[in-house]
Amino acid sequence: MAMTAGELERLIREAFPDAEVKIEDLAGDGNHYRATVISAAFRGRTRLQQHQMVYRALGGRMGDELHALALRTLTPAGEEN
Amino acid sequence: MSNPVFERIKQQIEADEVVLYMKGTPVFPQCGFSAGAVQVLTHLGVKFQSYNVLEDPELRQGLKEFGDWPTFPQLYVKGELLGGFDILRDMYESGELQQHLREKGIAFSEAA
Repeated sequence: MAMTAGELERLIREAFPDAEVKIEDLAGDGNHYRATVISAAFRGRTRLQQHQMVYRALGGRMGDELHALALRTLTPAGEEN
Repeated sequence: MSNPVFERIKQQIEADEVVLYMKGTPVFPQCGFSAGAVQVLTHLGVKFQSYNVLEDPELRQGLKEFGDWPTFPQLYVKGELLGGFDILRDMYESGELQQHLREKGIAFSEAA
């Protein structure tokens, strides 16, 4: 099972309409991506909560359809907390 | 929290200070990320209890709901989910993990 970069980006954008989203394909097999998501929705949340928010946006596909997703979550001011 | 496996998970994360739910075992990790988590903890000299979710499908599914975290490894420190390999590695590289361990009174080798 795999997922295209486009679908991954679409899912994240749907959940974070204001976000800047960058998807990097780490292995070219549709299973290993790095996603950088910059959204005001992350402000005031721990890194764990931010990642949980992104996983929720993938609606359970994470771990089944998508094996590995390296996440970098930032708030618009660019500070990575 | 009606899921029966939640009770089992609660006991496990309270029985040991540091608990690593992983694919495979520390000696035979079955996934690069799980192996990476073992390396970070071993490098820091942190004592931890590991559970192989590949041998326990009920535990594997229960953990995804319990911690609202879909992948493995999952690291629990003093009963709290710290996160997966990404967060563990980022915290280790920034020194945040060492700080967290100090705050929680968990022994590790400062030299690491």
